[in-house]
Amino acid sequence: MSAPTDFNLDHVAALARLALTPEEKARYSSQLADVLTYIAQLKEVDVRGVEPTAHAFPVVNVWAEDEPRAGLPVEQALRNAPAQREHMIVVPPVVE
Amino acid sequence: MADTLFFQSIGELSGALAARRISAVELAEAVIARTRQVDGRVHAFNSFDPEDALGRARASDERRAAGGARGPLEGIPVGMKDVIAVAGQPLTASSKMLAGFVSPYDATVTRKLQEAGAIPWGRLNLDEFAMGSSTENSATGPTRNPWDLTRVPGGSSGGSAAAVAAGEAIVSLGSDTGGSIRQPAALCNLVGLKPTYGLVSRYGLIAFASSLDQIGPFARSVEDAALVLGAIAGHDPLDSTSVAGEIPDYRAELARRRGPWRLGIAKEYFGAGLDPEVGAAVQLAIDHYRKLGCEIREISLPHTKYAVGVYYIIATAECSSNLARYDGIRYGHRAAAAAGAVDLYGQSRAEGFGPEVKRRIILGTYVLSSGYYDAYYLRAQKVRTLLRRDFLDAYREVDAILTPTSPTPAFTRGEKAANPLAMYLSDIYTIGVNLAGLPGISIPCGFSRGGLPIGLQLIGQPFREADLLAIAQAYERDHDWHSRRPAL
Repeated sequence: MSAPTDFNLDHVAALARLALTPEEKARYSSQLADVLTYIAQLKEVDVRGVEPTAHAFPVVNVWAEDEPRAGLPVEQALRNAPAQREHMIVVPPVVE
Repeated sequence: MADTLFFQSIGELSGALAARRISAVELAEAVIARTRQVDGRVHAFNSFDPEDALGRARASDERRAAGGARGPLEGIPVGMKDVIAVAGQPLTASSKMLAGFVSPYDATVTRKLQEAGAIPWGRLNLDEFAMGSSTENSATGPTRNPWDLTRVPGGSSGGSAAAVAAGEAIVSLGSDTGGSIRQPAALCNLVGLKPTYGLVSRYGLIAFASSLDQIGPFARSVEDAALVLGAIAGHDPLDSTSVAGEIPDYRAELARRRGPWRLGIAKEYFGAGLDPEVGAAVQLAIDHYRKLGCEIREISLPHTKYAVGVYYIIATAECSSNLARYDGIRYGHRAAAAAGAVDLYGQSRAEGFGPEVKRRIILGTYVLSSGYYDAYYLRAQKVRTLLRRDFLDAYREVDAILTPTSPTPAFTRGEKAANPLAMYLSDIYTIGVNLAGLPGISIPCGFSRGGLPIGLQLIGQPFREADLLAIAQAYERDHDWHSRRPAL
């Protein structure tokens, strides 16, 4: 089995919000082709009627009492923000 | 001759501390001095804060003087992988993305260690965001194997392994998503335990692949690993996947569980690619268990050959989702020059992430993308079901499964760095355990002719860590591999 020929790195990088250099694109394309070829062996497995596993053990919804408790103080919560002003995070404009 | 302080076991140190032969401050000073002596060569640490450790050690001595010692970990320095939050300390995941990040809170394991009296010590190097098998993918440079400085310590928890092997910590914590505790433990002559998924809280652990990640200990003996596991295990309301249940006294259980056990040998774990010296050492370990009266049964785990493929779909899918949070907005690296929000995300991520992280984000995004989800991700989840079923079927016949931990001893730096697929295959024996959510432990079982450590992996049944540790100790008791120390 071979790797899919329709692997569009530019499209995937845009979905992932990753700006790649031309050198990175060339390198990743060939490396990921190897990995995808390897992964293609999963196509041999008969999975008819098999349920997918998202977690190794059944995970059920966990309810918590709706009780207020102390959270992080604003100074702590913003401690690692790249830019802040008046207890808010500064971001580029998103609406013209 | 007794080991120097920094190479002693928790049991020895705990006894010396209780008898006031040493103080926690003296122990911390010995570990700090050792770290300063060797870490220029090993580079196990991204950073360490001697004043912080000494302050915590003084507090430990004061507790003890006041009759308030908290148990066997009181005053013991525990190295921390740099993906586990310790309030007020750096938390970088060995990534430029998190350079300068300071933890606003403690991980649950950090809190529990401190409640047990232990001293969180240093920030240990890893493959960036725990993605790798060699600790070469680090923004701060590679960690070296204390047994041979030209070789890798394994990964991703290579710093956690190297620090304990080199005497820069008494024990340490790592995280294991596909073998990141067991493989470096094998390559550095340590005991490394990946607990059952859900036994240890992941709160405060930087997420890589949330359905696979578990925190666990590195130690120089099974007993030390048991003591650390006992301190960090248990249900946590802050991690909804953590499981409720009684946590036994794992050390006490070691003395109680004496076998004999039924042990499975899966032929799929002894095929092509296994280094003959590793295979021979593991075979001797199997023979030893037989001599101890254990019943050795041949079993089959027929879907083993698909484990690496399944893993690199599921782990990368989860990582592409988890790492979406690093967008340069709320924390982490922000690109200086960007034209608007979307460009800021793309540039910040381009500058902040290293090559392996980018590769995995791309692969994970691809397998989740419209039109490919069913072919890759959903299919991988179904094969995961079959892999898990293989193990559960085997456990109707056996109590645990014996395998090599790593197909080869430590490889040289750079050997696999340019070939991601070759690197991925170095986790071929450890990945199935994570996909099935099982506990696995690696213990020292010999050395290659070149003097490199070899690890034996024991895979146990869900939440039966007490049995797994006892089986491991039955081998360790009759061998002295774990007592050997690297010349540094």
